[in-house]
Amino acid sequence: MNDVTPHRLRNSGIQFDPALVDAQRINMSAVERRATSLGGRRTVKKEWQVAWMLRAISMIDLTTLQGDDTPGRVRRLCAKALNPLDPAIKAALGIADMPLTVGAVCVYHSMVEAAVEALRGSQVPVAAVSTGFPAGLAPMETRLQEIRASVAAGAREIDIVVTRNLVLNQRWGELYEEVQAFCEAAGSARLKAIIAVGELGSLTNVARASMVAMMAGADFIKTSTGMESSNATLPVSLVMMRQIREFQRLTGQKVAFKPAGGIRTAKDAVAYLIMVKEELGDEWLNSDMFRFGASGLLNDLERQIEFHATGRYSASYRHAMA
Amino acid sequence: MSLKDKFESMEYGPAPEDSAQAIAWLDAHGRKFGHFIGGEWHAVGKSSLFATYSPSDEQELARIAQGSAKDVDAAVKAARKAQPAWQKLGGHGRARYLYAIARQIQKHSRVVAVLESLDNGKSIRETRDLDTQLAARHFYHHAGWAQLADSELAGYVPHGVVGQIIPWNFPFLMLSWKIAPALAAGNTVVLKPAEFTSLSALWFADMLEQIGLPPGVVNIVTGDGRTGAALVEHRDVDKLAFTGSTEVGKIIRRSVAGSSKALTLELGGKSPYIVFEDADLDSAVEGLVDAIWFNQGQVCCAGSRLLVQESIEQAMIEKIKARMSKLRIGPSLDKCIDMSALVDASQRDTIERLVAQGKAEGATIWQPEIAMPEKGIFYPPTLITDAGSANVCMREEIFGPVLTVISFRTQAEGAQLANNTRYGLAASVWTENINRALEIAPKLKAGVVWINGTNFFDAAVGFGGYRESGFGREGGIEGLQAYLKPAFEAKLPPQKPVPLPKPKHDVLSDAIDRTAKMYVGGKQARADGGSSYPVYSAKGGLAGHAALGNRKDIRNAVEAADAASGWGASTAHLRAQIIYYLAENLEERRGEFVARLVELTGAAKATTAKEFDLSISRLFSAAAWADKYDGRVHQPPMRGVALAMNEPVGILGISCPDWQPLLSLVSLVAPAIAMGNRVVALPSEHLSLVATDLYQVIETSDVPAGVINIVTGKRQELAEVLAAHDNVDGIWHFGDADSCRAIETLATDNMKRSWLSNGRHYDFADPALGEGEHVLRRATEVKNIWIPYGDQLGGGKGY
Repeated sequence: MNDVTPHRLRNSGIQFDPALVDAQRINMSAVERRATSLGGRRTVKKEWQVAWMLRAISMIDLTTLQGDDTPGRVRRLCAKALNPLDPAIKAALGIADMPLTVGAVCVYHSMVEAAVEALRGSQVPVAAVSTGFPAGLAPMETRLQEIRASVAAGAREIDIVVTRNLVLNQRWGELYEEVQAFCEAAGSARLKAIIAVGELGSLTNVARASMVAMMAGADFIKTSTGMESSNATLPVSLVMMRQIREFQRLTGQKVAFKPAGGIRTAKDAVAYLIMVKEELGDEWLNSDMFRFGASGLLNDLERQIEFHATGRYSASYRHAMA
Repeated sequence: MSLKDKFESMEYGPAPEDSAQAIAWLDAHGRKFGHFIGGEWHAVGKSSLFATYSPSDEQELARIAQGSAKDVDAAVKAARKAQPAWQKLGGHGRARYLYAIARQIQKHSRVVAVLESLDNGKSIRETRDLDTQLAARHFYHHAGWAQLADSELAGYVPHGVVGQIIPWNFPFLMLSWKIAPALAAGNTVVLKPAEFTSLSALWFADMLEQIGLPPGVVNIVTGDGRTGAALVEHRDVDKLAFTGSTEVGKIIRRSVAGSSKALTLELGGKSPYIVFEDADLDSAVEGLVDAIWFNQGQVCCAGSRLLVQESIEQAMIEKIKARMSKLRIGPSLDKCIDMSALVDASQRDTIERLVAQGKAEGATIWQPEIAMPEKGIFYPPTLITDAGSANVCMREEIFGPVLTVISFRTQAEGAQLANNTRYGLAASVWTENINRALEIAPKLKAGVVWINGTNFFDAAVGFGGYRESGFGREGGIEGLQAYLKPAFEAKLPPQKPVPLPKPKHDVLSDAIDRTAKMYVGGKQARADGGSSYPVYSAKGGLAGHAALGNRKDIRNAVEAADAASGWGASTAHLRAQIIYYLAENLEERRGEFVARLVELTGAAKATTAKEFDLSISRLFSAAAWADKYDGRVHQPPMRGVALAMNEPVGILGISCPDWQPLLSLVSLVAPAIAMGNRVVALPSEHLSLVATDLYQVIETSDVPAGVINIVTGKRQELAEVLAAHDNVDGIWHFGDADSCRAIETLATDNMKRSWLSNGRHYDFADPALGEGEHVLRRATEVKNIWIPYGDQLGGGKGY
C-alpha cells in the first residue's frame, strides 16, 4: 500500500532560518477585516455553487477521533468516504458518472488497519493522527514510534501535533528539529503538521509556527486538532495561507493547507475555498493541496446539494450516515 | 458549461444583484423627477430635463430636472419659512424625525443600495455594506445629538437656512453627512445632489414624504454646476457646505467672501499611505485595495500616494502586483467584484490624461492583465513607479484607481514626504510598532490618520482636512458645530465708524525719543523700509512714531514664526506658565498701559482701567485653557479607538480691530498661542503704540522667539500680504465688509482658515465673546487618529 507520494506533493524543507521566523508580522485587526470582507467581494451562485460544494466534498478528511471508535464504526465511515453523495442526487445533477470521494479518512493509529482494509482498491488514503495526539506530550521516542507504526499499518498521511511549549517559549530551533524528526519518521507518507492555533495565543505565533513547520519539511500545515477550545477560523487560515504563499515565494515549494475543527456548514466551506482561490490560487483548489478536517460538514454539503438538485430543502436523515 | 466543467475550472460565475425593486421605484415615478420643494414634487417642463445614466452599462435610468435660479429661490424660501418652527420644535421633536429617517434607511437599505450602484457605477458590495450602513448610522447618531442639543449645546444657535452641495462619489452617504447634522442643530436645508447621481437623493425625498417631515425642512433641487452656483449666490442662505473638488471649493469661497455666510469645505486630497518595514506587509497590501481601489479610487481621502520604506520597496511592489492581478472588475451589480465603473466618461478622460502626463514625465505605468468588461465606463487598476516627488501623478489628485509609489529611508523622511503636498485630508500608517505609530500620527498634516487601516468612517468621528483639503469637519461634535454658531454671533451689531484722531501738532514732548520698532523673532527689528509713521493721541497730539511695516517685514515675521515650530510641540504646562508670566509682567506696568490707553483712545480712565484688568483676566483664561482644551477619545463600532486631538492651526495672522487695542490683541493672541500656534499680529494702525509697549513685557516673559511677532503699519495692506502668504495657515481679521472680502479672497488660494468680522462689531469686553471655547476652536484643528488594536487570538474574549 505504501505508494511513493509524488515528488510534487512533497516539501523537502529548507535549513532553519531564525531571521525568517522573526520577520513575520501579523496585524490581527487587518487580518480580520480581510477575512470578513472577502465574503462580500466573492460569492458563487447557482450551478457554480453546486460545483464548489462538490469540490468541497472531495477535499474532506472524513474523520472520527473518539475513544469509542471501533472497527465497525470505521468501516461505516469508509463506506461513506467512498460514496459521499447519494447516487440519485448525482444523477439528478447529471454527474452520475463523475467519480467523487472524500479526500481521506482520518483515524487514530489503532483504527488504521480497519480503515486501510475498508478502503482497499480505492484511491482514498488513510490519514492517522499521531505523536500523542491531541496534546503531543508523549516521550519523543514514543511519538516517533507511533508515526512509524501507522505508516507500517498503511497510513499514507500522518497528522502530527507540535509541542506548543516550543511555540509559546519561542524555541523555534527545537520546534524545527521536532517536526523534521517527525517528517523523517513518516518517510513516504505525507506529513500534516498541526500547530494547534487555539493554544498559541496570537496570530504572530501562528505565522511563525507555520513557517517553522514548513522549513522543517511539513507537507501540510493544519490549524488544529479539533480538540482545542478554538479551532479553524477564517482569520487564522488567512495567516497560514499567507505563510504558505511566502514559503513558496522563498523556496518555490508548495505546501498544502488543512483547516480543521469548527467548519460545519456548506457556506463555511465555500468561504474557505474562496479564500484559498484568492490568497493561494487555483493550484490549491484540489484535494492534494487542501483538506477540510471535519466530520459534520459532509452532511450539510449533501443537504445543500440536494436542494439545488430538487428545489426542496433537505433533511439530515435522508442522507446516509457517516 | 456543464456542472462537471464548473467543477473542473472552479471559476466564480456571475452573481448579479436583483435590480427589480429599484427599477420599479423609477418606473413608479415615470422615470422623470422634478425638484422636491416645500414638501412637494414640482412638475417640470420638458426643456429643463437631463438624463442620468448607469455608467456600468451606459443605459439611461431617468430624466431629471435642471434647477434654475428660480427653483433655488423657491427652495430657499420654503426652507426659510420652515426654519423657525423646526428650531422651535426642540431637540426631542427633531430627534424623533431623525430617528425615523434612520429607521427608514435601514428598512429600505436594499433599494437604496441598488439605486446607488446603478446610478453611480460603484459596486453593490460597497453601497450595501458601506454607503447605506454608514448613512443610517449617521442619522441615528445625529438623532442623539438632536435629543441632547437643548442641554449640551446651550449657548449655540443654528445658522438658519443651509445650502448644501454634494459630490457624485458617495451620493447617499454625503447626503446623510450633510443633512443629519444640519437638521439635528435646527437648520433647514436646500440640498443639491451632483448631476450624475441624483437618484438616491430623490429616493430620500420620497421617503421624507412618507415619514411626514414638515414641508420645507429638507428641499432637494437637482441640476448641474449652474444650479449649485445659484444656491451659492443666493442672498438668503446663511451657511454653505460643499464637498467636491478643491478647484470648485475655491470658486465658492471667493464668491461668498465678504458676506457673513458660514462656510465649510471638504475638498480634494492626495493622501499618503505609509508602509514601514516593520508592518504586516500582506495586510498593508490588502489595505491598499480599500485605499485606492475602493470606489474605483474616486474617493477624496483615497490613499493614492504609497510611501514605502526603501528596505521593503521591492517586496511590497511584488506583492502589490500579485494582488492587483487578482482584482475582479465587473458590472456594478455583480456581487463578485472588487471594482466597477467610473461615474462618467469625462472622469475616465481625466484619469487617462493625468496618467499619460505622468508617463510623459518619466514614470513607469503598470496594469495587471485582468479581464475588463467590454461595455461601460471602466479604467483598470494602475500602479505607477519611478515617479519621483515632482511627477504629476504624485502631486495631483487623479480621482481614479491609480496608485503612485515612492520610497523613503527613515521615519522622519516618511513624514516629510507625506506632508510634501498642498493637501491634507487623510493618511494611513502601517507599522507594528506602537511607538512609531503614535509618534508619527501627530506629525502628519491630515485631518484623519488611520493606523494599520484605511478608510474607516463613523458618525461619531470627525472627518475633514487640513490645508487645501478644506476646513470644517463632518461627524462628531466638531462636525455638528459647523451647523451652529455662538448665540452672540446672531446678535452682533454693525461695526461702528472708528473716529480717527485729528492731528494738531507734530512735535514730541521733551521726553527721550522712543522709537517703536517691529517685534520679530524675539527681537525688536527696524522696519525694512526704514520708515516710521506718526501715531496721534485721541486729542490730536503726537504720541510717538511707529515703524511702517511692509511686505518684507511680514515675510520676516512669518519666517520667524516658521522657525518657532517647536512651540506647538512644547508642553501645555509650559505654554500656560509663559502666559501666566505675561500676565504677571503686564500687571507690573498697569499704570503705564492705562495711561497709554487713555492717551490713544480718549476713553475715561475708569474704562481703560477696566480694559486693562480684563486683559489680565484674558491672559489667565488663556493660560488656564492651555492644558485643559483636551481632545476626545471616540469609541467607534470596532475594536479600537479614535483619538480626536486638538492640534494648533500653525501660523496665524491676527489682524486686530480698531477698538479695544489691548483687550482685543490679548483676547486673540493669548488663546492662539495657548493652543500652540505661532502668531503674526497686526495692531490697529492708529492704536499701535499699545502693542509696541508690549514688546518689553513679551521679552521679559520667556516667550520663545518667533511665537509672537508684531508688525505695525497700514493694517489692511499688511493683512493682505499675510492673507496671500502660503506659509500662513490661518487669518483672523477685523474690519469692514470690503476689507474682509479682500482678505478672504486672498486667503482662498492656500485655503487658510479664516475668522472675519465682516463689518460686524465684536465687543471684546463681553465675556461670552471675548474668550472661551469658540475662540479655542478657531485656534485648533481636530485630527482624528484611528487606532484599531488587538492581538489576543480569539478576539480577547473571556480573559
